[in-house]
Amino acid sequence: MAELSNAPAPTGEQLVDIYRRMIRIERNDEAIRKTVRLGRLTMPYYSARGQEVIPSAISSLLNPDDQICTIYRGIHDMVAKDMPLRPLWAEIAGRIDGTCKGKGGPMHLTHPPSGVMVTTGVVGSSMPIANGLAWAAKLDGSKRVAIAYFGDGASNIGAFHESLNLASVWKLPVIFVCQNNGFAEHTRYENATSVDQISKRAAGYGMPGYTVDGNDPEAMFAAAHSAIARARNGEGPTLLECKTFRFHGHVLGDDDFYMTKEEKEAAMAKDPLPAFRAKLIADGHATEAQLDRLQSDIEAEIADAQEFGLNSPFPSADELRRDVFAEEIPA
Amino acid sequence: MSEMVKMNAIQAINAAMFEAMEADPKVLVLGEDIADREGGGVTGTMRGLSSKFGTDRVCTTPISEQAIIGAAIGAAINGYKPVAEIMLMNFTTVAMDMIFNHAAKLRFMSGGQTSVPMVIRTLTGAGWQTAGQHADHLEGWFAHAAGIKVVCPSNPADYKGLLLGAIADPDPVLFVETGGTLFIPGDVPADQGAIPLGKAKVVQEGSDVTIISYSTMVMRCQMALAGLAEAGISAEIIDLRTISPWDREAVLASVAKTGRALIVHEAIRNFGPGAEIAATINEELFGQLKAPVRRLGGPYSPVPFSKPLEDAFVTSPEAIVETVKGMMG
Ligand SMILES: Cc1ncc(C[n+]2csc(CCOP(=O)(O)OP(=O)(O)O)c2C)c(N)n1
Repeated sequence: MAELSNAPAPTGEQLVDIYRRMIRIERNDEAIRKTVRLGRLTMPYYSARGQEVIPSAISSLLNPDDQICTIYRGIHDMVAKDMPLRPLWAEIAGRIDGTCKGKGGPMHLTHPPSGVMVTTGVVGSSMPIANGLAWAAKLDGSKRVAIAYFGDGASNIGAFHESLNLASVWKLPVIFVCQNNGFAEHTRYENATSVDQISKRAAGYGMPGYTVDGNDPEAMFAAAHSAIARARNGEGPTLLECKTFRFHGHVLGDDDFYMTKEEKEAAMAKDPLPAFRAKLIADGHATEAQLDRLQSDIEAEIADAQEFGLNSPFPSADELRRDVFAEEIPA
Repeated sequence: MSEMVKMNAIQAINAAMFEAMEADPKVLVLGEDIADREGGGVTGTMRGLSSKFGTDRVCTTPISEQAIIGAAIGAAINGYKPVAEIMLMNFTTVAMDMIFNHAAKLRFMSGGQTSVPMVIRTLTGAGWQTAGQHADHLEGWFAHAAGIKVVCPSNPADYKGLLLGAIADPDPVLFVETGGTLFIPGDVPADQGAIPLGKAKVVQEGSDVTIISYSTMVMRCQMALAGLAEAGISAEIIDLRTISPWDREAVLASVAKTGRALIVHEAIRNFGPGAEIAATINEELFGQLKAPVRRLGGPYSPVPFSKPLEDAFVTSPEAIVETVKGMMG
């Protein structure tokens, strides 16, 4: 496996920015879960609690016009990419003010102004499309990069293999980011995946592949920095395997029968959030009061978004005839 | 009348591609064996394009149908107009997730924020003894997916016009080429421009029966005309040209006039496009029909290899004549 290039260490400001994204994800996730549990939102919810570091570190290095293609468990990726929360909440509530007028819902959010181009509910499908986003970036002569987010289970789908090969042959500015939380639905990693590290598969496609501790903001920053620099310099794709853990099962309501209690507790003890917060303070990058303030501002933003989303009207039935094609379908 | 040029469908497709790429730098081509170094596509329809427009715009891909369609989708979302070739229609099945779940639905699921203005060109049709996995007519599958248009041309002028129309269209289009129509020369107006999708064409006027068809079978319907005339039957033939959205107005107006309708396609009859058209005619014109609406399509069987079986798979002009005669009583 390739070694990580010498990336500059993140500045204190960059670390606080990563933390801001993480706490925005975590607070938002908490609010969604609570709202679903109270029965005020009805939707399948795939929480990414525990996986905050990965998109936060990556997004801290992305420009607004860089693009992502993510999956059903991808709300954290969108929030990290600075998607506004009001239309996000309206969309997951199926309302007209949602990013997609309520027609996409939690598994299909799209918000081009934030660079969230496609969210897919089909495992493995983010990669072929991210290639196309990257292809366009290259043809445009821009320095834009595309990120394909997916899980460890998705690396066993044909589309993964086709996409890595094509991206490598075409030297596309795309980064394949596998958020390896150790499970595909209820199936344990080692019961379905032929290699002990997904990053090893990169070698088969002529690109660098790294396995990174996806709970370590500095390690994630270094890996993302190297992959993004490579893409922007026209050197082609990178595969990042980011090891992490999901705290709330596959889908909300999942009782985690497929893992042991000890295993879960050990993983949750490695919650990246409190540790990172403590480190930022200990290293003098922020004060307790500053981080409290950051959090309360985010909580206010979320409360406002939730209020807005849950009070937005539902779309009218006419919407079924719109956006199927550019032209409205006759009644 | 504009000047006519004789060419076959391969030349018509090639001419349309040159024009479209010349007119719009956003038009891209991708697929297996597409560039000139690989021969310009298996049927040579893309010949000359990479030499003229470069291999940045005319890209040979690996044999990776999902990757081909995915790359086209992503580029289309970002404002390009990719024309992706899937060598044969049966191989679209390998990329069905990309086509059906993504290309067709991203406009709707994004509430109109993104669009996927791409064309998928593909080739099919019985008659070449390619048997079960290389000759299916699957247009019904795609017509059943809301959000993708399906075009099936039957003659060189339409190949050129409809391909230009498909490239100009803001939505994903499946453009179905057929082996039986590719090599037959026809008159193409020198100034043949884009033909808008969704419009049928009356290729033969008549008063006793409306025969609705598309693709290879239009020619077979025309071949049945002599036998029908012999029996004293005046048939109107409609070439649908676009299967989805299909031209309801044109079909219903013709059937309202003739009182009889027969739909002929190569796709398997069961659950085929003919069923949708027949049902619509029944719903709209029940009281005006002089005979039950009939359909002719492939038997419920994979396309066979053995020549006599393959010949029997495809509806013959004689079968069309016999079926129409049976509707006249
Ligand atoms: C093609 C496909 N097959 C099956 C499913 C059902 N499914 C949804 S999520 C999932 C597990 C995917 O696991 P992984 O890729 O590791 O992602 P994670 O959910 O862990 O983030 C499965 C099997 C699907 N959505 N798409």
